[in-house]
Amino acid sequence: MNLSVKIGTLTLQNPVTVASGTFGYGAEYSQLIDLNQLGAVVVKGIRLGPVRGNPTPRTFEVTSGLINAIGLQGPGVDGFIRKFWPFLKELKVPAIINIWGTTVEEYAEVARRFDALGGVGALELNVSCPNIKEGGAQFGTDVKLLSQVVGACRKVTELPLITKLSPNVVSIAPYAKAAEAAGCDALSIMNSFPAMAIDIKTRRPRLANVTGGLTGPCIKPIAIKLVWEAAKAVKIPIIGMGGIQSAADAIEFLMAGATAVAVGTANFYEPQTALQVIAGLRQFMQQNRIQDLRELIGSVQTGK
Amino acid sequence: MVEQTVQIISNEREADLYYRLVVRAPEIAPLVQPGQFAHVRILPLREALLRRPFSIFQVSGSTLSILYKTIGKGTEVLSRMRPGEELSLIGPLGHGFTVPPPSGETPLLVAGGYGMAALYLLAQRSPQKGIVFVGGRRRADILCEEEFRALGWEVRVTTEDGSHGEKGLVTEALLTELKRRPAGRKLFACGPSPMLKAVGRLAAEFDLPAEVSLDEHMGCGIGVCLACVVPIKAGDGWEYQRACTEGPVFDSRQVAWEAAK
Repeated sequence: MNLSVKIGTLTLQNPVTVASGTFGYGAEYSQLIDLNQLGAVVVKGIRLGPVRGNPTPRTFEVTSGLINAIGLQGPGVDGFIRKFWPFLKELKVPAIINIWGTTVEEYAEVARRFDALGGVGALELNVSCPNIKEGGAQFGTDVKLLSQVVGACRKVTELPLITKLSPNVVSIAPYAKAAEAAGCDALSIMNSFPAMAIDIKTRRPRLANVTGGLTGPCIKPIAIKLVWEAAKAVKIPIIGMGGIQSAADAIEFLMAGATAVAVGTANFYEPQTALQVIAGLRQFMQQNRIQDLRELIGSVQTGK
Repeated sequence: MVEQTVQIISNEREADLYYRLVVRAPEIAPLVQPGQFAHVRILPLREALLRRPFSIFQVSGSTLSILYKTIGKGTEVLSRMRPGEELSLIGPLGHGFTVPPPSGETPLLVAGGYGMAALYLLAQRSPQKGIVFVGGRRRADILCEEEFRALGWEVRVTTEDGSHGEKGLVTEALLTELKRRPAGRKLFACGPSPMLKAVGRLAAEFDLPAEVSLDEHMGCGIGVCLACVVPIKAGDGWEYQRACTEGPVFDSRQVAWEAAK
């Protein structure tokens, strides 16, 4: 049985990764799960310098979901390399580094730094964080800027480039196509959906940042539709994510057209989720006599 | 840290909105240090996703207990669970209190409401007995007073409505004691934020060491989501550190109180 898939030149032993921002820098989960069973580890977004992040409260739980506005707190490139890379580089599975910046030049500089580091599996360009005033989503909701970011990173690295797209657009196809045309190797679909909650007793927003990004099982149907649309628009592989908590959820993404998937918010409440998804995928393939996982990709039948 | 499915041994109402949960958790219980917590997945809770963090109250062999107050959907569902039912626990988590040495500063414990629960193991494992200051709004908020006395500690109770112990705030009782004997004390505190801030102020005023257990909305509990951050001094300013990992217990002098909520 073959579960391996390719993202650009990168081979994943299975299609199950984790979503950036829900898995720290990998080491945190190593006491609870065997990271080497995963398709890849994807780290939290890193920009050039350290980032303090937003004030608290930063998260609020809603029906079947979570709104967050962490604000990409992080150690910056140097802090990351010093504190977290020694652990990640010893893993047997690829480490995908999620990067962001406030300018096109900063994205390219961070990409260059990780290219020079050696041993990185792929770079994921975060152009879609809803919780950052400068940078973040502005690059993911403007086709021209998106092309510039991807193009600038493409110039400085041969590493597989993955662009993480925003769901907050009228149609995702132009963005998917623009990223592909600018030279990126894969798409991550989707980032969190902009959202808000209010405490009716105090009339105050639930988050200090006022608005945040919605994740968790409640966004899955939105993500499935976006993956399906993007898959029709581009030839490059898609990593599907949004509310996955079981193998059935993951299979839905594959059928919609994703080549790989990422478990996100579920890591917070059930650290075993990604491993359970892998086991469930194998079982589904066995039961349905599927030899190669690639048979599932894009296999949804929309005709009558 | 270990993730384990555990069985409920008992889950009884203690008083008012307070419950005492005992579970069999043989892989977790022996590892627990005072001030650490367990992150509990309440399996019957369907539409609410996250685990709920609870201070570990008592440990006995392979069992551990939690003292909780029903304050929302999660704790209400938990309060209806019966012996034999299962929960998923990750624990023990966080950086707890420093157990006092046999001689030296006298430990003074300061608790607000069910903050008492986080201090029990510290009182039990401390070779030195000191004084526990416990405060609450009214009599029903004063928990496990007798269990601390049974450990040989002096317990001083304050309630805001005067229905039990002295009338006033727990930090007022602490201030009276510190004025009486200002030196050679170390403070350990767990309770609501305004109380912790007041303890931090008193510790600074009397130049006493203090350890405080800080609380913030928690997500994953193991350090990845960065939801539960608190401001901690760093260099000339401060940075956000994780209550679930670097905390929940911090040296009061390290907390950037001006930036704390």
